[in-house]
Amino acid sequence: MFLINCPFCGEREQSEFKAGGEAHIIRPKQPTELSDDEWAEYLFMRKNIKGVQFERWNHVHGCRKWFNMIRDTSNDQIKAIYKMGEKPPVK
Amino acid sequence: MSNNLRFKTSKFIDETYRVSFKFNNKKYFGFKGDTLASALLANGVHLLGRSFKYHRPRGIMTSGSEEPNAIIQLHDNSSRTEPNVRATEVEIYEGLVASSQNCWPSVNFDVGGINNLLSPILPAGFYYKTFMWPASFWEKYEYFIRKSAGLGKSPKVADPDIYEHNYIHCDVLVIGAGISGIMAAKMAAKNGFKTLLVDEKSHLGGSSIYDNSEFSKINNQITSSWLEKEINEISKLKNLEIKTRTSVAAFHGYNFLLARENLTDHLPINQRENKVRQRLLKIRAKKVITATGSIERPLIFNNNDRPGILLSSSIKKYIDLYGVACGENIILFTNNDTAYETAMSLIQRGIKINAIIDNREQIDSKISYEVEKNNVKIYKAYTVVDTYGYKRINKISIMKLSKDGQTVIGDKTKLNCDCLGISGGWTPAVHLFTQSGGKLKFREEDQVFIPDVYPSDQISIGSCNGDFSLEEIIKNTLFSIKKFLNIENSEYKTIEIVSGLNLSKRNIWLLPSDKPIGKTKSFVDYQNDATSKDIKLALREGFRSIEHVKRYTTTGMGTDQGKLGNMHALGIISETAGTKMGEHGTTTFRPPYTPLTFGTIVGRNVGEFFDIFRRTPIHDWHVENNAKFENVGQWKRAWYYPKNNENMHQAVQRESKSARDSAGILDASTLGKIDIQGTDSSEFLNRVYTNAWSKLAVGKCRYGLMLNEDGMVYDDGVTTRLGENHYLMTTTTGGAANVLGKLEDYLQTEWPELDVYLSSVTDHYATISVCGPNSKKIVSKVIPDLDLSDERFPHMSFKNAKINNIKCRVMRISFTGEHSYEINIQANYGKSVWEKCMKAGKDFNITPYGTETMHLLRAEKGFIIVGQDTDATMTPIDLQMDWIVSKKKFDFIGKRSLYRSDTIREDRKQLVGLLTENPKEILEEGAQIVADVKKSPVEMLGHVTSSYYSPNLKKSIALGVVKGGKNMLGQKLIIPMEDKNINVIVADPVFFDKEGERLNAKL
Ligand SMILES: [Zn+2]
Repeated sequence: MFLINCPFCGEREQSEFKAGGEAHIIRPKQPTELSDDEWAEYLFMRKNIKGVQFERWNHVHGCRKWFNMIRDTSNDQIKAIYKMGEKPPVK
Repeated sequence: MSNNLRFKTSKFIDETYRVSFKFNNKKYFGFKGDTLASALLANGVHLLGRSFKYHRPRGIMTSGSEEPNAIIQLHDNSSRTEPNVRATEVEIYEGLVASSQNCWPSVNFDVGGINNLLSPILPAGFYYKTFMWPASFWEKYEYFIRKSAGLGKSPKVADPDIYEHNYIHCDVLVIGAGISGIMAAKMAAKNGFKTLLVDEKSHLGGSSIYDNSEFSKINNQITSSWLEKEINEISKLKNLEIKTRTSVAAFHGYNFLLARENLTDHLPINQRENKVRQRLLKIRAKKVITATGSIERPLIFNNNDRPGILLSSSIKKYIDLYGVACGENIILFTNNDTAYETAMSLIQRGIKINAIIDNREQIDSKISYEVEKNNVKIYKAYTVVDTYGYKRINKISIMKLSKDGQTVIGDKTKLNCDCLGISGGWTPAVHLFTQSGGKLKFREEDQVFIPDVYPSDQISIGSCNGDFSLEEIIKNTLFSIKKFLNIENSEYKTIEIVSGLNLSKRNIWLLPSDKPIGKTKSFVDYQNDATSKDIKLALREGFRSIEHVKRYTTTGMGTDQGKLGNMHALGIISETAGTKMGEHGTTTFRPPYTPLTFGTIVGRNVGEFFDIFRRTPIHDWHVENNAKFENVGQWKRAWYYPKNNENMHQAVQRESKSARDSAGILDASTLGKIDIQGTDSSEFLNRVYTNAWSKLAVGKCRYGLMLNEDGMVYDDGVTTRLGENHYLMTTTTGGAANVLGKLEDYLQTEWPELDVYLSSVTDHYATISVCGPNSKKIVSKVIPDLDLSDERFPHMSFKNAKINNIKCRVMRISFTGEHSYEINIQANYGKSVWEKCMKAGKDFNITPYGTETMHLLRAEKGFIIVGQDTDATMTPIDLQMDWIVSKKKFDFIGKRSLYRSDTIREDRKQLVGLLTENPKEILEEGAQIVADVKKSPVEMLGHVTSSYYSPNLKKSIALGVVKGGKNMLGQKLIIPMEDKNINVIVADPVFFDKEGERLNAKL
């Protein structure tokens, strides 16, 4: 079980959080102008990497804030945590 | 049976305190401090149970948590009964009752023992292969398999004990209080680390605490004396908490560990009242030091499972710690020096050792010379090829090993014994380390897996790290702990160690026999009766991965997870397959290390706390008025209110009719309520609902449908504009939390520029819905000041009001199609306002109705219930709700998906009404819908989603989803049931008051 450093509350148990899938997928500004394939790319296609992955997490049983996490899925090491809208601090 | 099996005991046994207990209905005595195993051995009892598959007699094999055979049922026929308990771990107390399991009718005469004779036809995978055919026979096979398989009996009544969970945070956790654990704990605590030391045993010190041998000394003191002083010292340390009888069950990532602390299991039953029995400790440690020691390996030879065969180190523990001799004529069988320590302990007490059979050709250690001096015959380069004695070993036969150790040569010699101690060296207990994600490496010279790569801030020390001599353990513990804790000063300045053992070993995974392997039974997994023959068979049949071999042969799949024999399984596989050890990987050790009781896992979350439920503020009234309840999410909702022995159907028919004829009242407090504020609230609603919201006037209400981004219906409800920048959204009862979560997600991550704030207010308000032709009269009596005229308070509008000076909100909205009002008031006034409505409605036969009637009334109107008439595959177009999808809006969640190639298909399942040809016939919800029953295979067109008998229409009505149903109006379809086919006609989903006249009727 991870210890997650919520950027708003500090370090808390993983059980307070919910994972929200891949990060940095921006909702298209004008969905109606996209082809079926382009829309499907946004809607369905996810990377699911074994290794360093960019993820969204929500402190659902805490401050309810969403934030980003960089996590190595092969060993569960959290490389960085940063707020929504911020640039990833590492690549 | 001889009486002199008990010798002078250690300080851990209180000989002045006699304890009586029962095993298999026979009364025995032991001493306080005994385990059930040591007490039974002291009484000459070795036979404890039967094996899982062959029902072979089995006895006590070990003295700890690794025990595969001596598993018993505690307190049979009582509420405290517990199966699969290891006799080697149970501390006896006055009145303990235990019995053998997996035997019938008794452990001495067991019918299932026939499996032993049948064993040539019960090889690995037998069940899989044989009982698969013919399929129809499975039922018959299963009866016999179930009856003769399985271990122990589960309790049939509630557990009377109390359990709890505790969180512990510490700087350093030390697991295992053997010599290295004690040293580590002392160094950590003395250097300012908040330290927790846990050990599964009732005493500290591990196996060194009863090591009184002259052959190994620390600072010129015998090991046990030196260690006793250490323990004495650490028990006074302020920074150190010590928990005994505490077994670490799981080691997860980020140094999160679960441990079970046993508090009352060693006490007589009458002293356990109102005490917590077991505690699940949830430990977060900054640093973890694993000092879990090692487990002695058995040797794998023909018939190595008879009662009276024990690990040699266990024989030593029984005599040194408990003062119990495991036999009177003992033979030791070994491939290393460990057995000689056991021999010295036995020799000192005058117990006869008939012989030592040693695999090694060269034995060169002080201790072995000392044993030889005591006239013990040592057979060098010999192996046991067979054992004899059904319920207790009485003889062995031995032969000389060839140079390569693969065959036996020369003559066979038979030797008598009543106990055989075996030692195949030691296996580091790396279970917790691997659970935490640690990677192992294989050490060739002594054939052990040891920790290699640590995944978190942790370290393994002592014999679980592969240090087996006292010198290595102490020297390496000091060195590693200093480095790990980054400390300068050591508490141990100079330590001088003397040891008489050497580490030489002759490792042969499967010992040869004069019989062909097909004729032998060399057990690798004792509990599951997996033999070397089974493993070789699995390899012949093509299994290669250790995980596959494990499942096929069931090796390591018992309650002990194969703590004794897993290494041998790996060894036999690599020898047979001609590969290197480690190439096949190791099996995964999964938590818990030893089994946990369900009580420990659930803690206090039992009874009403198991799955807590939510009550509305009006709940007590429903209870007082005979409501039956339905679970909706976590809510208890009034389902229907039977009167005078009505059944559900009768009650619902009455409630439904009254609601339309005069007045009905519903507790709608469970609907999710989200308070929305901010200058961009209207824009926000525009984006999350399919219809337009910008033009909704203050004081008006609107129904909205919410989609997922994939275009499928997610939730629905009415939202009211309370003010310029203030809305109150309602959601479905079950969807409230998810809707709030989803909206927050969009606000925070996609549209952070919007000035909108969301708060859940579901619990803050009670919601009372009064409907029916007389609803206006009733509400006007409850709130006389409120102008209810249709001009000032039309359908889909809202008013602030006061009841006895208490503010409330009244919405004129309807889920039944009747003229109706929803009163929202601060939750704690809910019940009193409900009662006011009941009183005001008395003359109008106001009828409380539950969720079932609500569902019926809305079905008459063709209103959907999200989650019942929809699943996650229905678009608003599929629901024939095109009217609610704005064509003008630039975007909303899910809009783009409504015209993907898949969502515009004409033959999608669409929501339709269904009328049965026979108006009395009620369809079953979930029933399949077809057009042609003769077609093969029958094409399934859809299914019934809602079905009721409508008392207002006096006929059966139903909703269903049907492929291409939109264009099937008036068409005949068939609902095939088990005993008949029901004809239905596809109809408009709105059955009642299509024009909505009742909503707008002048009352
Ligand atoms: Zn937070």
